[in-house]
Amino acid sequence: MKTFKGRPVLAGQVKGQSVVSRQGVNLLASFQKSALKKAKTVICSDQNNKDLFGKELTGKVLCLPQTIGSTTGGLVLEAVTHLGLQPLALLFSQHIDSLAAAGVILSDRWVNKRIVTVDNLGKDFLDYVQDGRTVEVREDGTVVVD
Amino acid sequence: MIQTQMFLEDGDREILEGRKGQTLQKVLESVVLYGEAFGAQRLVPLDGPVHLVTSFGIPLLRPVFAMMDEFIENGITAKFPFTVDPRPLDYENVKCSLLEKFVFKIMYGKQKDYESQLKRVGLKDENAFSCTCYMDEVGNIPKPGHRLAWAESSAVVYANSVLGARTNRNSGIIELFCGILGKAPLFGLLTDEGRRAPWLVDVKTKSLPHPQVLGSAIGMRVVEEVPYVRGLDRFLGSELTSPVKDYFKEMGAAGASNGAVGLFHVENLTPEAKKSGAGLLAQNAKTYVIDDGELEKVVASYPVMWKKSDARPKLGFVGCPHLSLHQLEQWTESVRKALEKEGRKKLKVRSVFCAAPDVVARFKKNPAAHQALLGTGAKLTSICPLMYMNNPICSKKAVVTNSNKLRTYTTARFYPDEELLTLLVKGR
Repeated sequence: MKTFKGRPVLAGQVKGQSVVSRQGVNLLASFQKSALKKAKTVICSDQNNKDLFGKELTGKVLCLPQTIGSTTGGLVLEAVTHLGLQPLALLFSQHIDSLAAAGVILSDRWVNKRIVTVDNLGKDFLDYVQDGRTVEVREDGTVVVD
Repeated sequence: MIQTQMFLEDGDREILEGRKGQTLQKVLESVVLYGEAFGAQRLVPLDGPVHLVTSFGIPLLRPVFAMMDEFIENGITAKFPFTVDPRPLDYENVKCSLLEKFVFKIMYGKQKDYESQLKRVGLKDENAFSCTCYMDEVGNIPKPGHRLAWAESSAVVYANSVLGARTNRNSGIIELFCGILGKAPLFGLLTDEGRRAPWLVDVKTKSLPHPQVLGSAIGMRVVEEVPYVRGLDRFLGSELTSPVKDYFKEMGAAGASNGAVGLFHVENLTPEAKKSGAGLLAQNAKTYVIDDGELEKVVASYPVMWKKSDARPKLGFVGCPHLSLHQLEQWTESVRKALEKEGRKKLKVRSVFCAAPDVVARFKKNPAAHQALLGTGAKLTSICPLMYMNNPICSKKAVVTNSNKLRTYTTARFYPDEELLTLLVKGR
């Protein structure tokens, strides 16, 4: 078990299973296929992301450095949240980027569903966390990886 | 009401307190929270219109349609008439099968309604649908130093790098919120500090690299940081001519989609690099050397998403981002010459060239060039090929393109311009 401390961007207390990307996550490429099909769960469709491609993202604690790609990113995250297919939490090793920040804020203010978001968790966090670990996120931005 | 440390003018404070309605309050709350995530201490006025990324009436965007209705009901519009990304469909020029039409009708069933909403919230005009809003013909052209709040990653990087304007890589909807408020939070690429380059990219190739391969390599390495690119003036000279701007348009689009590049400086060429040179480099900047071998490795890393990797291409897309008038004329000439050399009159692969409606209109004013292009069997349209391809039927087709951006988001396969031209002419 290891504990990390980050900055709560949207604070909350959740516990869930991790899915990890060591590279930037392209929100549009990752979520669009499942969202367009109105699937019951999002399976990552980004062919360029070897860490996430084909893995389930809905309800997971998504651990990543930051998001990349098209500026539809934030909007896609909001739309996915509206469908109830959003990740449980987003944990960033780096500072949150503008697309992800928009996505979680739009989800929070306009869909009234919070994706608990913590950033600045550091490189060590991303080096340590693996897929399928139980991760607990606390209000103050503390993250405990089982 | 949210609590904020951000300095707000009296008018904005009233909005935040809900005295100008709940909708406007939520708009400002969202922008303030967005700015606070990046340490912004105040909002600054915008100097020009926004450019929106959301141009498609796809049911997935139901929350956006509801939001737009809320704006219309409350008489909320953008401060300046705005431009928006391309439409997804053009049945006249990009023909579809009955099954495809059926799928598109479901996928983009809300297109007409959404366009009507855009008009009521402040869309510039019927022709304002392009990812290259900064073309002379389209007219959403910011001046150096202008503060903006644009979305569309390829337009953002162009405005920042080639035009010297200042915008963050805003997500869809946040850009519209800023356009409504006429303000954006001051952080990142709006500040001098945010425009410094933590990366020196040293281009040491033997010839001018394909812009969308170079952009891809840069994007994958620097991700969202600012690169200062050295070595391109050996091939491009030191004048920001139309072909050079086109080169940067392509390079930026790939850097923004394969990474998250919002600004690049090119030594002796882009406005800020011309003014400040290597002074733009941050202390202890990291170096990334790009030679021919590195670019080969980057291209080799692109996955092939076709079911049969040796399939004959069925469709070719050129113009993601939209072509400039100069590029359109150049492609017309290249296609004509390549066909002539092969002793053919028509392209073997259905080929679609994409440019802004206003650029297409200007191209049509040269009937000889227009007829020459159409005479090859090519089609000319203003759609977004990315949106067109985002459905289960198109994604099964063997589509080829010279756009790394299109490759990233679809099953289209990337080829450099000359190889693509050969494929379009010969069919393999």
